[in-house]
Amino acid sequence: MTGMAPAKRPNQLFRNLNAKIASIPMILIAVGIFLGGSLWTVVYSFTNSKLLPRATFVGFDQFERLWASSRWIISIQNLAIYGILSLIFSMVIGFMLAALMDQKIRFENTFRTIFLYPFALSFIVTGLVWQWILNPEFGIQGIVRSMGWESFTFDPLYNPQIVIYGILIAALWQGTGLVMCLMLAGLRGIDEDIWKAARVDGIPMWRTYLFIVIPMMRPVFITTLVIIASGIVKVYDLVVAQTSGGPGNASEVPAKYVYDYMFQAQNLGQGFAASTMMLLTVAIIIIPWAYLEFGGKKRG
Amino acid sequence: MNNSVSIRDLSLSFGAVSVLQNLNLDIRDGEFLVLLGSSGCGKSTLLNCIAGLLEPTEGQIFIKGRNVTWEEPKDRGIGMVFQSYALYPQMTVEKNLSFGLRVAKVPKEDIQRRIARAADILQIQPLLNRKPAELSGGQRQRVAIGRALVRDVDVFLFDEPLSNLDAKLRSELRVEIKRLHHSLKNTMIYVTHDQIEALTLADRIAIMKSGVIQQLDDPVTIYNRPVNLFVAGFIGSPSMNFLRGELAEEGGCPVFRTHGVSFSLDGYDTAEPLMPGRKVVLGVRPEHIHVDNHKAGAEMHDAVVDIEEPMGADNLLWLKHAGHTMSVRTGGAKRFAPGTKLQLSFDMSVASLFDAETEVRI
Amino acid sequence: MANISTLNTTAAGFDAVSEYVGSGPSGRRPRRAMSARNIMLYGTLFVAALYYLLPLYVMVVTSLKGMPEVRMGNIFSPPMEITFEPWVKAWAQACTGLNCDGLSRGFWNSVRILIPSVVVSIAVASVSGYALANWRFKGSEFFFSILIIGAFIPYQVMIYPVVIALREIGVYGTLTGLVIVHTIFGMPILTLLFRNYFASLPVELFKAARIDGAGFWQIYLRIMLPMSLPIFVVAMILQVTGIWNDFLFGVVFTRPDVYPMTVQLNNIVNSVQGVKEYNVNMAATLLTGAVPLIVYFLSGRLFVRGIAAGAVKG
Repeated sequence: MTGMAPAKRPNQLFRNLNAKIASIPMILIAVGIFLGGSLWTVVYSFTNSKLLPRATFVGFDQFERLWASSRWIISIQNLAIYGILSLIFSMVIGFMLAALMDQKIRFENTFRTIFLYPFALSFIVTGLVWQWILNPEFGIQGIVRSMGWESFTFDPLYNPQIVIYGILIAALWQGTGLVMCLMLAGLRGIDEDIWKAARVDGIPMWRTYLFIVIPMMRPVFITTLVIIASGIVKVYDLVVAQTSGGPGNASEVPAKYVYDYMFQAQNLGQGFAASTMMLLTVAIIIIPWAYLEFGGKKRG
Repeated sequence: MNNSVSIRDLSLSFGAVSVLQNLNLDIRDGEFLVLLGSSGCGKSTLLNCIAGLLEPTEGQIFIKGRNVTWEEPKDRGIGMVFQSYALYPQMTVEKNLSFGLRVAKVPKEDIQRRIARAADILQIQPLLNRKPAELSGGQRQRVAIGRALVRDVDVFLFDEPLSNLDAKLRSELRVEIKRLHHSLKNTMIYVTHDQIEALTLADRIAIMKSGVIQQLDDPVTIYNRPVNLFVAGFIGSPSMNFLRGELAEEGGCPVFRTHGVSFSLDGYDTAEPLMPGRKVVLGVRPEHIHVDNHKAGAEMHDAVVDIEEPMGADNLLWLKHAGHTMSVRTGGAKRFAPGTKLQLSFDMSVASLFDAETEVRI
Repeated sequence: MANISTLNTTAAGFDAVSEYVGSGPSGRRPRRAMSARNIMLYGTLFVAALYYLLPLYVMVVTSLKGMPEVRMGNIFSPPMEITFEPWVKAWAQACTGLNCDGLSRGFWNSVRILIPSVVVSIAVASVSGYALANWRFKGSEFFFSILIIGAFIPYQVMIYPVVIALREIGVYGTLTGLVIVHTIFGMPILTLLFRNYFASLPVELFKAARIDGAGFWQIYLRIMLPMSLPIFVVAMILQVTGIWNDFLFGVVFTRPDVYPMTVQLNNIVNSVQGVKEYNVNMAATLLTGAVPLIVYFLSGRLFVRGIAAGAVKG
């Protein structure tokens, strides 16, 4: 071997050595924790771990038990209702607020501050304050009754049928400000000349929004959708604070199911199985989107 | 004479900032009027006021004899072409053209007829089913013009439509727009900062500065008899030579004197008396200074070549004389080395004198 | 001017100058300040603003009332007698479990969690973002993509392995452990933020420094950092808000005596048996929300930019 050949290989590895060393935390986290952790959880969901992880494989046992549990079914139902309504309403409300804010109004900063401040609060705070407002004795129901409508009932937090809507109201209060900001940024990115051209063409405002502007804002809508969707699956703190999952199990959500079984009911296996289901749900949403956005473009 | 568009005492201010000041303008039927000026002079603002996209603070706008000052853009009988084309990105070319008509509930056959006509004139038939993203810049601009065409209007407004295109496309489309004007014979109001476009396209040019029309004339007049220093310097490339000096009298005839050198003003056309002692600026275009083929009896000046810029067909010579460096245009065949001594003659019949203070033409 | 003479044209319908001036519409379109459009616009915005402000108002108002007044019923009525007792109680006397020294304990815990977490997470993420933006090496983008995907995975899926890992190193339940956790889960968004920012800086600066012989760390400390104040502020706002408001990690990775404020708040309000002291609860809630709210009001625009930056995927 000549002296040249061996010198090539180590050179590649040592290029940018500092950068590579500095990136070790990121790589560790990405591969070790995100990838590795998720994989570990999925694998162990096929075991019958109780208080501590045990490597005894029991096939799909945990999953069968999961889907037989009414509590889990309720949590999935709740997530579905909450998720779909949350998506629709926050997008619609967020967009309408953004459209209003885009009209060159005065006090724009003030309004934006007001719409967005709930986002700065913890879900715990949000949950607690809405728990208070929806309190049947002192809250909205009490007030409306004291104003004369004696039979007015609005106690979502005590009514298993509609408790999820109480949580929805609180979540919308917290989250629509962010959607509005994103939509407003998207609206502001629309070329002014398009508005002018539509005006000269005699196209009324609502048609301009519906047929020209909104189609142009597709990327923003998709990004917002993904952000809202990823937040929906994670919903936990809000439920804990507002209803503690009650009344009974009526406002149970998957994230809470996982936590309760993992850390309180000493049934890790169930917790893992439930987590795996959550992961699956997210994957179903994210993978098509990622493919649409980045498909073909980059290969890491 | 029919006036297609008339502007009366138009003013527009944003708060304390006055963008347009007391503008009066009459545009004849079928005329191609260019609003020319650099950024911020108010030309786009004026166009937007005519279109109805901006509200004037004061004044009135008439289109085809109708007072449209308070009318919405769609009711003014105008079509508009924008710098960024502003085509609706998610619709095909055909939908772009027909959207406004469908909203106005124009009957289907009528829409088809109009689109066919526009597609024919602009040669965009093969593009009808494509989306704007699939078109080239030139094609997009034609579709934008088509969108104005299908509206069956009298007045077309162009807001710097060629500024987004590269030089070659620009000159191609310029010719097309001129052909379009010849075949359609509509009134066209065209905003640009490019003087070449103005000179080639316009029937009349309105040069604007700081919200005021400096001169409104046909291109030849603006070129040869600019009304003030600003117009003289703005039009013409390479730009006019300006020599600062004063008027004097020699042998009973008025002369221009600078740095001790006198220039005969024989042939200069002016109604004003040329009083000696008045501080003035003499403007002469590079092609009106000759280094050869001098007219018989012309006054000669000795100059030294400073630098030459060969441009292929022409040669731009920079010469030093009378304390100034001036540019002279000659044929591209001859070359001149720096330091060469030359004799110059000036064609005063097409020169311009401006009062040094008011900058107005004398 | 040449156009003066055209004023007196004689075409049909156009006669003398006097025909125009003063007759017909002129100048601005007449617009009533209270036009239908404005009423709907500002009206809707105002009603929406009410919906958003109401809870805050209710919180404040309830926290300033004495319990008898609270029980009288109307949560929307302003206090007849303002009392700060609920606040004092919330801060110093509320009970969680066996401790009755109020939210102040949780507050200081949160502070103790916040400061190291913010510092470490931003330090690690900024260096990673810098490496990704300026020192791309084989596989760097791939790892980054995994990081970003990780941002979408629900925390619950990865949390147990992290518990195990922390137990192995011996920091489970300690402050250090929680700091590590916050750093880990803050990485995706922060790294994205810094990467995009550093990528937007003029590359000539970087190239010039390399020609001058500067290395990875030197360029970072001497050139990148001084130019990055805005993005660090945005990152800090994001982290302060996110970490202070966190609940899940707080409840999983700490022991009761080091619970952050959010966890303690939930315990105070939701696990009290018997008489609920709503005014104290509201005061406690306000106290917990105060810190990020103050950060929000002070930083306004930057906050919005931070959220948008975190939300806009590369």
